[in-house]
Amino acid sequence: MQEYFYALADAITASLHGDEFYTCTFHAEDSDFVRFNRSAIRQAGSVTQRFLTLDLIHDRRHAAAEIALSGDFESDRARVSQLLNELREQLPYLPEDPHLLYATTVCSTVQQGESHLPDRAEAVAAVLAAGRGRDLVGIYAAGGIYAGFANVLGQRNWFESFTFNCDWSVYYQGDKAVKTSYAGFVWEPTVFARKVTEAAEQLEVLKRSPRIIPPGRYRVYLAPTALYDILEMLAWSGFGLKDHRTKQTTLLKMVEEGVHLHPAVTLRENTRDGVSPNFQAAGFIRPDQVTLIEAGVFHDCLVSPRSAKEYGVPTNGASNAEAPESVEMAAGDIARDDVLQRLDTGVYINNLWYLNYSDRSACRITGMTRFATFWVEGGIIQAPLSVMRFDETIYRLLGEHLLGLTAERDFILDPSTYHERSTGSSRLPGALVEQFNFTL
Amino acid sequence: MDARLAERFRQAAPPVDFCSLRYVRERSEYLAVRQDVFQPVATSEDMGAMLTVYAGGGMGYAATSDLSLSGLRRAAEQAHDWARLSARQSVVDFAQLIGAPPHGEYSSVERQPWPGVPLSEKIDLLRGECARLKIDDRIVDWETSLWYTEVDTLYLTADGGRVEQRFRYLVPMLSATANAGAETQTRTFGGRGFCRQGGLEVLEHVGFRTAAPRIAQEALQLLVAPNCPSGVMDVLLAPDQVILQVHESVGHPLELDRILGDERNYAGTSFVTPDMFGTYRYGSDLLNITFDPTNPEQFVSYGFDDDGQPARREYLIQNGILQRALGGRTSQIRAKVPGVANARASSWNRPPIDRMANINLEPGDASQEAMIAAVDRGIYMRTNCSWSIDDSRNKFQFGCEWGQLIEGGRLTTVVKNPNYRGISATFWRSLKMVGNRDTVEVMGTPNCGKGEPNQVMRTGHAAPACLFANVEVFGGE
Repeated sequence: MQEYFYALADAITASLHGDEFYTCTFHAEDSDFVRFNRSAIRQAGSVTQRFLTLDLIHDRRHAAAEIALSGDFESDRARVSQLLNELREQLPYLPEDPHLLYATTVCSTVQQGESHLPDRAEAVAAVLAAGRGRDLVGIYAAGGIYAGFANVLGQRNWFESFTFNCDWSVYYQGDKAVKTSYAGFVWEPTVFARKVTEAAEQLEVLKRSPRIIPPGRYRVYLAPTALYDILEMLAWSGFGLKDHRTKQTTLLKMVEEGVHLHPAVTLRENTRDGVSPNFQAAGFIRPDQVTLIEAGVFHDCLVSPRSAKEYGVPTNGASNAEAPESVEMAAGDIARDDVLQRLDTGVYINNLWYLNYSDRSACRITGMTRFATFWVEGGIIQAPLSVMRFDETIYRLLGEHLLGLTAERDFILDPSTYHERSTGSSRLPGALVEQFNFTL
Repeated sequence: MDARLAERFRQAAPPVDFCSLRYVRERSEYLAVRQDVFQPVATSEDMGAMLTVYAGGGMGYAATSDLSLSGLRRAAEQAHDWARLSARQSVVDFAQLIGAPPHGEYSSVERQPWPGVPLSEKIDLLRGECARLKIDDRIVDWETSLWYTEVDTLYLTADGGRVEQRFRYLVPMLSATANAGAETQTRTFGGRGFCRQGGLEVLEHVGFRTAAPRIAQEALQLLVAPNCPSGVMDVLLAPDQVILQVHESVGHPLELDRILGDERNYAGTSFVTPDMFGTYRYGSDLLNITFDPTNPEQFVSYGFDDDGQPARREYLIQNGILQRALGGRTSQIRAKVPGVANARASSWNRPPIDRMANINLEPGDASQEAMIAAVDRGIYMRTNCSWSIDDSRNKFQFGCEWGQLIEGGRLTTVVKNPNYRGISATFWRSLKMVGNRDTVEVMGTPNCGKGEPNQVMRTGHAAPACLFANVEVFGGE
């Protein structure tokens, strides 16, 4: 695949006229998707897709287009050549772009992968076996993910990764379920079996009569998977330079009024320890780390090349969305084994669901509890909790009401498959919070 | 292309119980001007096909962008392998789903075709509207865009079925963001809700060329407005919020695949159960909801769904009583309840699942003025900006860009951050007045997420303004 993309890039370079410049990105995947419901197969199939985006630049004007490729080099070379001509014809009709910025220092990188994925039939059999006698629903996704960058200067970047992500729930009844995932590069049957057993044990608790609590403020523990949902919201316009300069960041009070989060909160975009490509669409290489929040204080924005040009600051290799892709939160000092004891009486939340801002200027977020959420008394899980709506600002949640973070962190591979399988990841602790506001 | 593709499919299709090919070619162009600067044109052309095989009671698919004979053969073999693997291990015996081969076609009506207008004219239009958004120094960001998409599909079955459809979509957008200190307010042109099938004539139909100054002015008004008050009161929802209410708390709960449990690991389940159809009181007598793929201007009209089933208008809820589910042929057979033709896929690389199409709230007989006059103390809310609902589609909380108090039957003070929450199962029973045809807006949502693997889908909604009683309302911090 790498040679095929590089050969296409060489063909583009050879077809340029005069002082034309180009940047080019490639992303592809060969994926298996097996969907399960009630411990049976709902839909099973494979997707092979390849996309190339070409940005033709001349005299500060540029035109870009993405096309699907077949994988056959000769027909794809002809299609890319045709695309180049179409973009060339479009250029004179476009105004100059004052915010155009692309890498001009060549920095080629290669990140090759090796597939250790399980045989698809064996993986499907393992999931079906795990569901035997249970009500299992979810998806097994696996295969190769490929990304590349090329430009006229000869810069070439390549990324490939072979991962699986089995994301499933086991249900007791109604909405009472335990959600689990098993993701990685090498399928270890013993690890999968352990996760199945753990989920089954939690499911036993869900069989107790559910506790219904009135709206109000409660002490809660947010497991790393729940905190992940909170940070997904913050990623939506919290950290981008464009959002900051146009006053649309939901962390506006941090930068305008100096409001702080709890000193235990340090947040970084950690490309080095993530699983995303370290290059972006204009050819810039991402630094190993960008500190977003340091000890509760806002630190740096994510800066795309376009924002860098617009606002006159250096880029740090962010994508146009200026959202974290490999976010990590510093660990705290609460031992995970002590979480229930420290929670004492309150709500243990494994998962949140369907978050949204209810007041963007105040960074107030609403959402639901989902899956295994428990009522705890005296440090002992008593009963499952019926779903509750919360509505709370980040400044209370990770600020004045944060009691601490766990010393252990979970590495979470993003199971998202919109358009393509995600390479996003997070490394997060759990959070103990007091006076968490349940509203419905 | 079509004839060659059909011939290749004929050669590639294996001798199985059922085999289909679903080809999709999608070409889109996104033009935007932000802060008076024309943004890079975003053009894409996507093309590929999904082959689906039923064999021995199992089902498998393979999607590929390699449309050569060898590419289709490879995909057919993969799909056949998956069908064999899933045989006797599937949620349903797919052999019983094989129906008569479909035949037909559909085409969007495009009176002013996008390709017929020069790029420079479109850029000039966007520049002009963008400039009209910057009416004050407190407007700190302002943007306008047009997103045009052509989708051509061809559905073939090995037993001779053929459905050809041609769609043209336009999504216009305007937004203005106002700021003072740590307070920021954004007003938009219905989010991206004024999306329709058609060409550039859509802009006239939705009032795109007159909206910019009002949007900017309203952003400034919100900047100095007090927070929405808290309390239980009447709420008058404009169509650009009613469509979201319908989408989240009627459309999704009625999806049969949710009811069957397929979505429980991701998008969620439903408080609706199969035994409710035909008897359950979903809302007041004034509530009438239709599945209507027949209105040419609506965003998601079509002749056939992606399983080749012919689509027609049906009542989902009539006079408040639940009648019919949103489920395609596969789900209908699994659940044994009546549904509609709504098995839809986001593109060639995702399999069809139950999705909303055009889900409309039918107009009543109340004028906007009569609804306002009927409220002693309440809030008028416009344009959704926040949406959240539980996985059973019951406990919801929605927020709007714009709020205005209704006091003594009159619109009075503008308020910011209007939010309300409730429970689907009871909320629709508090529907006390439904706007007439003059209040109806034809809108939609271009980016509805659902499914594993995930799919982003277009959905369409037409709705009048609606008045609800005794709603829990609140504002910002």
